[in-house]
Amino acid sequence: MTATITPHQPGQQTGRDGFAQVLRAEWTKFRTVRGWVIGTLVAVLVTAGIGLFAAGASSSSCQSTGGGPARTGQGCMTIPPVGPGGEAVSDNFYFVRQPLAGNGSITVRITSLTGLIPSGNGAVLGTRPGLVPWAKAGIIIKESTQPGSAYAAMMVTADHGVRMQDDYTNDTAGQPGAVSPASPRWLRLTRSGDTITGYDSSDGTSWTQVGTVHLAGLPPTVQAGLFAASPAYTAISENFGGGESGSIAPSQNTAVFDHLSRSGPWPGGAWTGDYMDAADGSGIGGYHQAGGRFTVTGSGDIAPAVPGQAADYGTTVTNHLVGTFAGLIAVIVVATIFITAEYRRGLIRITLAASPRRGRVLAAKAIVIGSVTFVAGLAAAAAAVIFGAQLASARGSYVYPAPWPTELRMVVGTGLLTAVAAVLALALGTVLRRSAAAVTLVIVAIVLPYLLGVASVLPVSASDWLLRITPAAAFAVQQATPQYPQVTALYSPSSGYFPLAPWAGLAVLCAYAALALGLAVVLLRRRDA
Amino acid sequence: MSQALPAGQRGLSVARRVEVTGMRDALHAEWTKLRTVAGPAWLLAGTVVLTVAVSAAATAAVKCPSGTACPVDTTKLSLTGIESGQAVVAILAVLAISGEYSTGMIRTTLTAMPRRSAVLTAKAVLVAGLVLAAGALAVAGSVLAGRVILPGHGFTAARGFPLEFLADGPTLRAAVGSVLYLTLIALLSLGIATVVRDSAVAIGVVLGLLYLSPVILGALGGDPVWTHRLERYAPMNAGLTIQDTIGLRGLPISPWGGLGVLAAWAAAAMLAGGLVLRWRDA
Repeated sequence: MTATITPHQPGQQTGRDGFAQVLRAEWTKFRTVRGWVIGTLVAVLVTAGIGLFAAGASSSSCQSTGGGPARTGQGCMTIPPVGPGGEAVSDNFYFVRQPLAGNGSITVRITSLTGLIPSGNGAVLGTRPGLVPWAKAGIIIKESTQPGSAYAAMMVTADHGVRMQDDYTNDTAGQPGAVSPASPRWLRLTRSGDTITGYDSSDGTSWTQVGTVHLAGLPPTVQAGLFAASPAYTAISENFGGGESGSIAPSQNTAVFDHLSRSGPWPGGAWTGDYMDAADGSGIGGYHQAGGRFTVTGSGDIAPAVPGQAADYGTTVTNHLVGTFAGLIAVIVVATIFITAEYRRGLIRITLAASPRRGRVLAAKAIVIGSVTFVAGLAAAAAAVIFGAQLASARGSYVYPAPWPTELRMVVGTGLLTAVAAVLALALGTVLRRSAAAVTLVIVAIVLPYLLGVASVLPVSASDWLLRITPAAAFAVQQATPQYPQVTALYSPSSGYFPLAPWAGLAVLCAYAALALGLAVVLLRRRDA
Repeated sequence: MSQALPAGQRGLSVARRVEVTGMRDALHAEWTKLRTVAGPAWLLAGTVVLTVAVSAAATAAVKCPSGTACPVDTTKLSLTGIESGQAVVAILAVLAISGEYSTGMIRTTLTAMPRRSAVLTAKAVLVAGLVLAAGALAVAGSVLAGRVILPGHGFTAARGFPLEFLADGPTLRAAVGSVLYLTLIALLSLGIATVVRDSAVAIGVVLGLLYLSPVILGALGGDPVWTHRLERYAPMNAGLTIQDTIGLRGLPISPWGGLGVLAAWAAAAMLAGGLVLRWRDA
């Protein structure tokens, strides 16, 4: 530890250089203790290793997991298509279409939206009149009939009024209220280049713009027309054993359109009706044209496909980061010993004699341990995400694709989570001066709420509460798929949805770490070493 | 070895005398060590308080509205706190041996008591006894809290939930088993700490061994082979099956079988600790 005893150099500024020296001293301490370096390497190895183990062990998509929804009698699931944003999507609906070769518009009036939902439990076809909340029908302009291709649509929905939706994830509200013969809805889509604008109206004369979207790279000829889709009926009931469970069965809806008018080049002569079928051959749909009146029946959904939904295809990238828990334990041990070893060996007295400004010593230690563990967590998470995806696809199991910004957030977030947990451990080690107590406190505070929240009998409200106020909230940075208001699914911690937004969750852990660090500085200054 | 024996007996029974008094002295010495520092008493109190508090909070969070079927294992629910209490038990057991290594006391101990297995046995007996007592209090408090809270939340005897708690066979087994679970966790921790010596590393290993398996289980995506293996052979998952009182047929391992798996882990750790203590320089 000779680096801590630096002779005073006259003429040198004590301010910044002083801190640099303290920083260098702490870095020397860290790098020269073999156990700490080994511990950090162990953290990297277990984070990546356990993550890869989980990626390799996940069941392939050809195995049906028990208790899930019936899978329309097929052994192997076909995997969902990928949307323009890089996420998994469902792209199943009944489409009455014609090509539109250039700029133009389509306008229509909808007078009724009705449907059938299941009368009992089980995956039987609906027989009871009714609509699922996000049953939708309207007009759509779509890049092509390829599953997962870009689109923009104006639609009426069962419970959520008029909506404009595009590219699966975007959803804008229009006129509220349900459609009926007494209060019909007029919808219009205009295309100009790759810009599509949606309008709604209740009388066909006064129009309100709902939204404008840009579909980059939209080809000159697109498919446009009428559509109907009705997501699976999902009855969510609270279950004791880790969250909610739902009974899921297909539903269907029927919309009546009239006053169809078009402008622009429509080279096709007649309407074609077919079911856009990405996943399987079970789509329900059809259309009937009588004069200017179209009756379109459909099922399925044009929306993101997320875990916890009717068709739960597989795991998410989050599962490949499960090793973080093991890595955190190693990092917490190293970070705690980084300070408690000084107390045990009496080194703290030399350290504080060499740099009497005690707050700076702790700051230097926090910077050193935070940087080292950030790099360790980042490297391990990157390895787990990159190789985990390869391993899972080699094993034939489906992993929900995440857009690259999401994956980047998960990897960087895991690095930060590791670093902040290390700083928290360092701070509590300083406060308690006892390594066993500090290590246990940090591990229990981070892991136990997660465990109770994700895998226990607690109801969702209690789990959400736990994952909102405890340090375990930080695992929200590892959430792979966002919650979509326009998609009905079982959004609970046990299916991978955290109550807080990713960075807000990490902020909760940061707040704990800041609080502990503040307390540590105060106590380090006040107490004798 | 303070007892003065008649000269004639000294030569005859020296081996036996050393063994008997050695163990007794070892127990006495270890008891003095545990008794005269503040830590163990606080940790035992902490075990009880944390276990009962978490159990009561978990029980209070679950409600069964009238008219719905609630497939809740109320016994297991009211013993949720064991999952947190075991961490405090682990600290106590780890410090029983690591504390001596960090202060250098272990060299004094082994000089005074050269039979190293006797030292470890004495520590095991005392830690197990203390945890047994604290665990009994913690479990009794948890069960009592459950009994007070559950009926108000819709889990009444009229709806088939066992409220005659300790008279109910499976509930009694879960309660007694939970006390034994904590004791075995203490022995597992003591064994690991004897091998690892450093308290922070030992507690990290113990908590990793306990808490990682249920977390990893959740990420396996339903892989049947590994799920089954972890549920049967991981110490926390297997050991806590002792708390299950409903759906016993669907359990991956029988309740006593699960506790047996944990006992095997604890025995292996103690054996490893004993051997390492014997062969390695202190």
